[in-house]
Order: sequence, then C-alpha cells, then structure tokens
Amino acid sequence: MSGESTYTPGNGFSRWLDDRLPVMRLVNDSFVDYPTPRNLNYWWTFGGILTFCLAVQIVTGIVLAMHYIPTTELAFASVEHIMRDVNYGWLLRYVHANGASMFFIAVYIHMFRGLYYGSYKAPREVLWILGVLIYLLMMATAFFGYVLPWGQMSFWGATVITNLFGAIPFVGEALRTWLWGGFAVGDPTLNRFFSLHYLFPFLIAGVVILHVWALHVSGQGNPAGIEVKDPKKDTVPFTPYATIKDAFGLVIFAILFAYFVFYNPNGLGEPDNYIEANPLSTPAHIVPEWYLLPFYAILRAVPDKLGGVVLMFGAIAILFVLPWLDTSKVRSARFRPLYKQFFWIFAAACIGLGYCGGQQPDKILIHVGDGGFDVTDLSRILTVYYFAHFLILFPVLGLIEKPKPLPESIAASVLPGTRQEKATS
Amino acid sequence: MKKTMKTISRAVSLAAVAAVGFTLLAGAPAQAAVGEVEPIDLQWSFEGVFGTYDRDALRRGYKVYKEVCSVCHSMQYVRFRNLAQPGGPEFSEGQVKTLAAEITVEDGPNSDGEMFERPGEPKDAFPSPYPNPEAAAAALGAVAPDLSLMTKARPGGADYVYSLLVGYEEAPEDFNLTTGSYNKYFPGHMIAMPQPLSDGQVDYEDGTPNTVEQMAKDVTHFMMWTAEPKLEQRHRMGFQVLIYLVALGGILYFAMRKVWAGAH
Repeated sequence: MSGESTYTPGNGFSRWLDDRLPVMRLVNDSFVDYPTPRNLNYWWTFGGILTFCLAVQIVTGIVLAMHYIPTTELAFASVEHIMRDVNYGWLLRYVHANGASMFFIAVYIHMFRGLYYGSYKAPREVLWILGVLIYLLMMATAFFGYVLPWGQMSFWGATVITNLFGAIPFVGEALRTWLWGGFAVGDPTLNRFFSLHYLFPFLIAGVVILHVWALHVSGQGNPAGIEVKDPKKDTVPFTPYATIKDAFGLVIFAILFAYFVFYNPNGLGEPDNYIEANPLSTPAHIVPEWYLLPFYAILRAVPDKLGGVVLMFGAIAILFVLPWLDTSKVRSARFRPLYKQFFWIFAAACIGLGYCGGQQPDKILIHVGDGGFDVTDLSRILTVYYFAHFLILFPVLGLIEKPKPLPESIAASVLPGTRQEKATS
Repeated sequence: MKKTMKTISRAVSLAAVAAVGFTLLAGAPAQAAVGEVEPIDLQWSFEGVFGTYDRDALRRGYKVYKEVCSVCHSMQYVRFRNLAQPGGPEFSEGQVKTLAAEITVEDGPNSDGEMFERPGEPKDAFPSPYPNPEAAAAALGAVAPDLSLMTKARPGGADYVYSLLVGYEEAPEDFNLTTGSYNKYFPGHMIAMPQPLSDGQVDYEDGTPNTVEQMAKDVTHFMMWTAEPKLEQRHRMGFQVLIYLVALGGILYFAMRKVWAGAH
C-alpha cells in the first residue's frame, strides 16, 4: 500500500492479533486511512458499485442454486418453481437477472471512465489489464448464466456461441464437441455451464482482489490525470471522504436497479426466453443480451465466419494492449482537445454497434432504389472505426495533438482561488 | 452551490445520453420485426407503480380460460391452490377445493404398486388437455403453446395477447391464405388457431356483457396473473424500497456535503 501504515492497535486483543495476522491493519490502510485524491468525481464511485454488484450476484446466485435443477428436463420448470413457490424467489431471480445488466452498465461506465481519463497509462497498465480480464470473465459468466433458465434464447444463444468455436481450423469440430459434451447443446452442456457459472464469480472475486491490490500500489488516478505530489494537500483519507461519496453514488445506482427489479423486471430480457427451449423450433431472431450486442454486430459484420470470430475476440483482446498503443503522455481527456472529441465518437460507435447487433442484418436503414444502406453496411463501417480508433487514432493522436497545460497539482485543480483549468469541462 | 448545480446538471445530461443509448440497445430487438401491426394499446389495472389485478376480471378470465382455452391449451405451471393466494383471483379455500375436485388425477403407485385415480386437490396443476405435445400436434395439427407464461413470452405482452384474440378478420383479397385463419396482429397473419371467442360464448355470472372484447380482456388479465402471480407483492415492495432508498440517498447527500465542506 502506498505510504506508511498509520494503524495503531487500540487494545490488547488487536495488538495480539496485529502481531499474528495484521488483517485490521490491512483494512485500515486500504479503506480507512488510504489517501485518495481530493478531486475525484462521481465516475470514480463505480469501483465500489461494481463490488456491490458482484456481492449481490454471488449472494442471490447461491440461494437460487439451492432451488435450481440443471437438467434439460427440469431447468425451465425449476425456474418457474422459484418464481412461484419459493419464498421471495421472484425477488431473488429478478435481482439476479437484472443484476447482471446492472453489473454491465456499471462496468461499461467504469471502463469508459478509464478510457476518458487515461487510467490505463503507466504506472497502471497491470491494473487495467486485470480489469479487462475481469470484464472477460464477466462476459463468460453472464453467457453461462443466460443458458441456465433453458428458454428458447438460452438454448439458441448457446448453440450460436458454441458453434463459433467450430470455425477454428483443424481442431474446431473436436473442440465444439468437447465443449458440448456431446453432439449438440444438451444435458451435459447445461450441467457444465451451471458448474462453470458457479465457479467463475469466484475467479472474478480473485482477480478483483488483485485489481484492488494493483490500485493500491499505484494509487488512484484522478480527473486531472496528474500524480499526487503532496499527500497532505492533494489527498484526503478514504474514510470518511470516499466512503460517504461512494455510498451516495451507490444509493443512486440502487434506485435505478430497484426500478428495473420492481417495475420493469423483464424490460432488458427477451420474451422468447419465457418459452421453454425447443431444439426443433428456431426463433425468428436470435440475439444475445444487450451487453454483448456490439460484439455480436462485429461478428456478423464479417462475411467469413472465422474472420468474424477473430475480429470479435480481437475487439476485446485489443484492450489488453491499449496502454502501449496510446502514445500521449497526458492522461486526462480534459487536457487533450482532439482525443476528447474522438472519445465521444468512439462511445457513439460502440452504441451504434450495439444497435446493429440487435437488428436484422438485412434491415435497410436508408433506402436507395431497390436496395440501400443496411444494418450490415453500418456495422462494417463501425467495426472499421472501432479498430481504427485503437490502431490508428491512439498512436497518432498522441503525436500530433497539442495538449492543454496541466494544473500544477491536484489541490490546485480543485481548491477555490487556485483553479486555472475550469474551462475544460 | 453554483458548482454543485453545474456538476449535477452535467451528470444529468450525461445520464440522459446514457439512457437514450441504453434504450436504443434494449428496445432494438423488440422493434426488429418489420411490417408487423402494432398491438392495441389498452389501459390495464396492473400497469404502473401501484398497479394491481382486478379480482372480478381475474375470476371472469379464469372462467373463459377454463371453458374455452383449456380445451386445447395447457397451463402447467399454475396450481389450483394459486387461485386462493393473495394477489390473484382470491377464491375461497372452499371454492378452490370444489374447482380442483372437478378433475380426475392419476396418482400412485399405492402400496399394492397400482396407479389409481383420485379427485383433484388444490395442490394439483391445471389439467393439460393432451398427455404430451405430440398428442396435441396429432389432434390439433399443431402444438397449442402452454399459456402459463404467454403474456411474458411475446413481444407486446398483454396488449399483444388481447389484440390477437380480437384480431381475427377476413383475409384481404390479395392475401394468399393457405392454411389456418387470418389474424391482423399475428406475425405473418396466418395463424393455426381458429377464432377462439365469439359473442355470448361464456356465461358471466356478474352481469358483465360477454362480448368478444370483454372476454378477451378478461382472459388476458387472467393470463397476466398466471405469468406474474407475485406482481402485486412486487409493486408494493418496490414502492417501499424506493421510498427507503430516496430517504437514505437524501441523508447521505447532506452527510456528504458536511464531510466535504472543508475539503473542496
């Protein structure tokens, strides 16, 4: 942890414990006295919100697992049993199902925060990479979880995604059979997905510990993107300052969460998933959950199946090397006039890809004569932009951009009277 | 204060951008089907923050289901005892016992190893008209879907189910109806289910006019309850949770202002 430990055990027992297992010291130094930049804004509350999301998913998930039956014969019925007969089962399931969406809303905000403020740059590359790893594990967990209710979209989503592995040359077919545990998505597949769905959150929790550890080594970034110079002036203790701000942010987030759970519990889901899985009847329109739509659009944008798979995974893989693609020394977009504009274009492109992923690929957007500009055309343009943003803009912008002057210190950037850069918000 | 307002207004505008993007994503699949007719938008008592079911509509709807729908469709996730639970049609225990006893259930094996038949009990599920989907398909020409979750299993929900029930009409001249019936709201317009409701078909004991529209409305209301039997409890709890969160948020906001007063 950065800085000297300030923990002083208060009584005989805590002194005794501190000599043997300094866990109270760890908690004190990490979440009480931990120096946190005094200029953090609300975009920095999402780390705490994400921890809350993970805890909610694990707690509700463990109770749901007590009532769920992972067989193709009984999975769908056991979910209805939870909804109808288990005490507050409807609440558990709606919290868990919407919790996944909330988790992704929070993680996307957290990631875009990182992109905007350059949180991935030295010395925080490992912190960022661990974050991308968590995101990847989250997507896998969500995918496994979505299969469990054994509705139509569960089954056909699982079929489409596992079939992607069949596109890998030479070993694809064998790999797919191995994943399925048979020759189609069936009982063995459902059973292992349940097992993995239970395992992965604990892997996430493990990587989260590393993520927080890495965070506490380098210290938090901040909106000004400059390092702490004088801890006395530039930082405030985590408790009470960050704790109370995080708590307030969390409650606001919980209000959105509660709205979905209680008043629109199926708004983010697909009606088709309330139809029990039927291998003989393909839904007219197979779509993944909203949080995977941009990647689905990239997959479909490529005419070649293998190429689509490569680009789809490449879209995530490229995040791992982002710290070395960005050539700018300035972290925060506040002081990068050009990057700031491209950041918003990139955000729009991602939302656009998400839109494309949810539409029929041949849906015409702009009519020209008999044909026109369709969803596939749009996805192709946006896919090219997505990769160009990382491979061209990040290296080039850092070289050609003239950043604005940075504030002298974190304290100077927020304390009244000393501010000089306010024009940049 | 001015700075706080600015921060808040910026946060609100960003939240608005996010919300629009988010709606675009979430709403995209729903509107994907091209050329379909938008279902009739009805006002339902179960909509909204304080929405509850109309007990009388549920009871009438149950009658329509029992006399019309259940001839072909199963409703396997609903049990007779559910009819007496709070937030549903709320029949009395005695009424539920009587309703359940109307059916015969195969049970067993008994101590002699024999299967036997007994009158239905409140714990039993609504009876299915066919023993398996294959039998249903053989008798009807197509499997009639289970109705337990119907209002949640179709885009458009209750509005769509209602529209479908009243949407039977003569096929337009240029429409090539090869099989089944023409329905204005069914995707593709060609539906295997013949028009299920006709005026005066089900006798309503409470004097409500038994028009097709009224019966469609009541049975859809009933099917919303079978799909979401805990809706009333959910709405009630949601309101309590929101009140709590808003109050807690207010307290935390002022506590935070006090904590940060000297720091910014």
